[in-house]
Amino acid sequence: MEKPLTKNITPGSSPLNLKEYLQAGGYSGTTKALKEMSPAEVTSLVKASNLLGRGGAGFPTGVKWSLVPMDEASLRPKYLICNADEMEPGTFKDRYLLEGNPHQLIAGMIISAYAIQAREAYIFLRWAYKKAETALRKAIGEAYDAGYLGKDILGSGFDLDVYVHSSAGRYICGEETALLNSLEGKRAVPRTKPPFPAVSGLYGRPTVVNNVETLSWISHIIENGAEWFKGLSLTGTGGTKLYGVSGRVKNPGIWELPLGITMRELLEEYAGGMADGYSFRGALPGGASTDFLIQKHLDVKLDFSTVAAAGSRMGTGTMIILDDKTCPVSFIHNIEKFFALESCGWCTPCREGLPWVEKMLASLEEGTGKMEYLEILKFHTKYMGPGNTFCAHAPGAAEPLQSGLNYFYDDFVRHIDEKKCPWR
Amino acid sequence: MIKIRIDGKYYEVKPKKNLLETCLSLGLDIPHFCFHPAMGSVGACRLCAVKKFKDQDDNKGRMVMSCMEPVTEGLIVSIEDPEAKAFRAAIIESLMTNHPHDCPVCDEGGECHLQDMTVMTGHNYRRFDFRKRTYKNQDLGPFIRHEMNRCIQCYRCIRFYRDYAGGKDLNVFGSHNHVYFGRHEDGTLENEFSGNLVEVCPTGVFTDKSLSKHFTRKWDLSNAPSVCVHCSVGCNTIACERYGSLRRIMSRYNGSVNGYFICDRGRFGYEFVNDEKRIRNIKIRFKKDGDLEEADNKKLLSVLETAFSKNKKIIGIGSPRASIESNYALLNLVGEEKFYHGISKKEQHLTKTVLNFLQNSGVQTPSLRQIEKADAVIVLGEDLTNTAPMIALALRQAARNKSNEEAEVKGIQLWNDAPVRELAQNSKSPVYIATPLKDSLDEIAEETFRASFSDISNLGYAVASLLNDAATVSQKPDIDQRKLAEKIADTLKKAETPLIISGITNGDEETLLSGMKIAAALASLDIKVMFCAVLPECNSMGLAFIPGKSLDDAVSMAADEAIDTLIILENDLYRRATKESVDQLFGKSRQIIVLDHLVNQTTLNADILLPAATFAESEGTLLNNEGRAQRYYKALINNDQVMESWRRIGEFIKIRNGDQSIPWNRFDDIISSLADELTAFAKIKEYMPDADFRMLNTKLPRQTMRYSGRTAMYAHMSVSESRVSQDPDSPLAFSMEGCQEIPPSALVPFYWSPGWNSVQAMFRYLDEPNGSMKGGDPGIRLIEPGKKHDDSYFHINHEPFKIKKGECLIVPVYQIYGSGEMSSASFTISQRIKEPFLYINQTDADVLNIYDGEEILLEARGNTLRIKAKIEMTIMQGIAGLSVNLPGMQYVDLPCPGKYKKQ
Repeated sequence: MEKPLTKNITPGSSPLNLKEYLQAGGYSGTTKALKEMSPAEVTSLVKASNLLGRGGAGFPTGVKWSLVPMDEASLRPKYLICNADEMEPGTFKDRYLLEGNPHQLIAGMIISAYAIQAREAYIFLRWAYKKAETALRKAIGEAYDAGYLGKDILGSGFDLDVYVHSSAGRYICGEETALLNSLEGKRAVPRTKPPFPAVSGLYGRPTVVNNVETLSWISHIIENGAEWFKGLSLTGTGGTKLYGVSGRVKNPGIWELPLGITMRELLEEYAGGMADGYSFRGALPGGASTDFLIQKHLDVKLDFSTVAAAGSRMGTGTMIILDDKTCPVSFIHNIEKFFALESCGWCTPCREGLPWVEKMLASLEEGTGKMEYLEILKFHTKYMGPGNTFCAHAPGAAEPLQSGLNYFYDDFVRHIDEKKCPWR
Repeated sequence: MIKIRIDGKYYEVKPKKNLLETCLSLGLDIPHFCFHPAMGSVGACRLCAVKKFKDQDDNKGRMVMSCMEPVTEGLIVSIEDPEAKAFRAAIIESLMTNHPHDCPVCDEGGECHLQDMTVMTGHNYRRFDFRKRTYKNQDLGPFIRHEMNRCIQCYRCIRFYRDYAGGKDLNVFGSHNHVYFGRHEDGTLENEFSGNLVEVCPTGVFTDKSLSKHFTRKWDLSNAPSVCVHCSVGCNTIACERYGSLRRIMSRYNGSVNGYFICDRGRFGYEFVNDEKRIRNIKIRFKKDGDLEEADNKKLLSVLETAFSKNKKIIGIGSPRASIESNYALLNLVGEEKFYHGISKKEQHLTKTVLNFLQNSGVQTPSLRQIEKADAVIVLGEDLTNTAPMIALALRQAARNKSNEEAEVKGIQLWNDAPVRELAQNSKSPVYIATPLKDSLDEIAEETFRASFSDISNLGYAVASLLNDAATVSQKPDIDQRKLAEKIADTLKKAETPLIISGITNGDEETLLSGMKIAAALASLDIKVMFCAVLPECNSMGLAFIPGKSLDDAVSMAADEAIDTLIILENDLYRRATKESVDQLFGKSRQIIVLDHLVNQTTLNADILLPAATFAESEGTLLNNEGRAQRYYKALINNDQVMESWRRIGEFIKIRNGDQSIPWNRFDDIISSLADELTAFAKIKEYMPDADFRMLNTKLPRQTMRYSGRTAMYAHMSVSESRVSQDPDSPLAFSMEGCQEIPPSALVPFYWSPGWNSVQAMFRYLDEPNGSMKGGDPGIRLIEPGKKHDDSYFHINHEPFKIKKGECLIVPVYQIYGSGEMSSASFTISQRIKEPFLYINQTDADVLNIYDGEEILLEARGNTLRIKAKIEMTIMQGIAGLSVNLPGMQYVDLPCPGKYKKQ
């Protein structure tokens, strides 16, 4: 099985330095793009590959790039931003790539910046990823020294500067427009769309924000082509995916697998199945802000459209497992507490709704919950729906709550009837 | 116009608007919080949700926020959709989870936007049964009270304070449901427009501290449309009364003047009306060198008969802070030959220069709204933040015109506030500020020019001569000035609506003339230039329309020949001239009659002291610096001897003529007389509603329908319900009975509409949010530019100030809190008045070994003053700034040469 993104990463070792990366064939895609292709051709190729964004939304990357105005008159400068603010609970795939092969990201960023003709690029990095920061800064330094960054890269006439910006630590900065505000030094509150970042982004200029995993693909696609990329997946969507599993499984971790493997395969073949004494009750397939999938969904293919058809979201592809010895109410409460505290405080349903949800779940856990709370909780899952709020934070928070109430309703009722948490 | 469909009905609406403001202007109620017409939409509160349908067949629709939804051809929406209604009620429920049950003790109750929206959405049952989050409050100073628990996080306060008004010290802190709106630490809010927070905040987080000292519910207030009397901008206000005292001043919308807002001096400067220093009784000095004793009307009559008997030389001194009617009455009594303006010759000359220019040069003078639309501005010599604060606020909006343009080019509609600001970043329309001292407006300036007045006027002349060769220059500018002049001339020439702002408060004629020259030069190029001149007082312009000589002339006239009866109308002459000359004038006057509101140095010299009604107790017309005639109406009637000056002087006329009747019974009578005699004022009679105006055959109530206590209020005096106070002078009634429909724009005493008890009801009185009042904005401009371009403006020159070696130039430094006579007498404002000071340059101070805060001696105009020195980093060497008229200071004719030294 081909593992283009991770084949050179040895877990636990230092990241590949420039020499090692070059030996592994690195920067050849960059060279090809800058010297043999026009920016428009690069965008075409990425569009043709149908690479879907790996940050969670799954938006076609090539289409995103094509929204950037390329005429001379448009607001210059333009920016490329790598969203390395990985804060979705349960997600640790970008960290793996940043700590393992930072040059892979940089190579991809150079090509992407070239495609949209951005001269400045920022890596917006989660504050806690100190190891990744060190790796990135070192790699960037090496890249500058070798002429892959800076002025007239590889004699192509293209200049690019890359900066690492460590975030101030709020989850909402993972939302691209809140990221832009934070990067500008303003409060990390999302922006209204339209206008989209491609038209008015960082400092009001055309900007593209892409995920680490997405950008890590770019040099591979340039090197090997669109058809190769499509052929890597099982479903035709294209590419492999970094899948992760955390929870009470025998073998939690990350694996690079073809897009479209089933949940059962991931859990049983790679994660080793449930740990002894535990059985599977459900999973959040793409991090905390996705809907539960349960036993009956084990054969669902883990691809964007198929997971959506099953009533959930692929999101980041890193799974959190709910086992039978863990109280689902407590599980959901923990998640909603996180989301309530991470609300930016801009719009009413999120700012006021999430704390109420958290208080009700806490009360259920304490054994002081009432039947009315279940109605109110259900109400909130619709209330905090997409379009009702300013951004996707609260709708995301609603997903585990909505599906949890759906699939584990009886467990909620037990908390009320027994006046305590049955799992304690 | 485009066609849209709302709940099955079709409407023709203006394009480039959002759905919320469109619906509001159609008279449809959509609950909302964070949208504000002056600040645009941000989509934060989510209350304005409506359903949008793809087409006729779409039954489900999706929820959109009407404030963020642009109106497009064929838009189909529903406000009454059950899901949308339920959602809006749920938003209120969310906000109520933490909202305290403060209504009974909250100042906002009865005019609370949150109360209105709660009722409007129908939410009425609490499901939330957990503890509420609470906040600590901050002490924000003497103007504003802070009660954070009531906050519903609409973000309006900081959007107004920071984005609209340029304030820095109020912000939002924290995140999730702990967001906190306040200062980083306790302290007085610094921005001069902080008072608008009490109207902008939809709940009781920010309330008027001055009102809370004598708190009254909105429904219990008796109100009148009024005009601010503290500067020449003439913002429209609402004066509110209860139990015979003025309780508060609110902003009154005027789409051409102040829009939604007023400055803090206007809002909190009203307490002088209630002050214990008010003159409330007739006082007569029966014995020469004796005391003033209270007297009744009978005694007054006999004394006045003597004062006005035949062959008496009667002199009248008017006032730039008294109404046109009062000044006219005095003119009528004494005759043109004997009427004096009560301002210095210099001030009169400068005011007349402004008026002449505006009437004859072909250059238009702008309204505040037109100032907001200027695309290039130069300010010469005026410290706008302190002399005309609302002009400074208008300039802040004008500076954004360039960024608005850029946004529109990119297809972003201007109501969409955040993207407009984000796209344009720091892009500004050019504003050049040339003043001796720094100003908070500097941050919007393209470039500032700190210099003496002669250098400022030189710069102005240089700009004018670059625009039109005919404009002569008094002195050749140096290299740097020349470069800047070229830049400014180039900018102004390319502009479509350039604006020149100067004024007479700085006392320097050169600066004013240089501004006029620039305006004339631009007009000669057929550019639509506007010229705005800041004047010192609320009726400086009105007085300029009335014939009369200056105070200097009165003093020299008195030196030659004694005066029998000197009448001073609402004017403290010691603020207009030196003590010596006023003492001299008083010394040569046998009997001095003074009509005024508050005890001051002049009233102490009166032989007959008569209580004059303030703006809140009288009808009156004022002309603002734009020449807009605006009227204020009585908010309260005094039961004591206070009388409107125009009426009182009418009685003088009756006594002098020996007639049985006074010339003016009612206000309309003096207006008729005034319009006939002084034809410049004819439009006042034409355009302003007279006292016989009725709607539905009844008068217009000053009180809301729910005014309470009418029968109990005076039961301790008489248990029978007394007759309602009569008001023959206006179409307003001291009653809650009458026509409750929306009155003509000049007569709006309060804002109310079914379902809208708060000040937000204002939108019902406007043709569209941030537009004009229905039926047109109040006030009528009396100055329209003459058609002919008068070339004489290119050749006027005046001698610039000559400063001798060892001397410095002393320039006036106005203080928004302190320099105004009436506002400084108001307790709330007085708490923010600084001690008198002299700003001096650091280097100059070092030479004389003067340290910051040291009391030094200042020699100016032949006087020596003790004054506190303050080192001011931005003042140039050789220039010192003297605070103007702060309590305890004497009159100094500024600017002037001077000398200072250590004691």
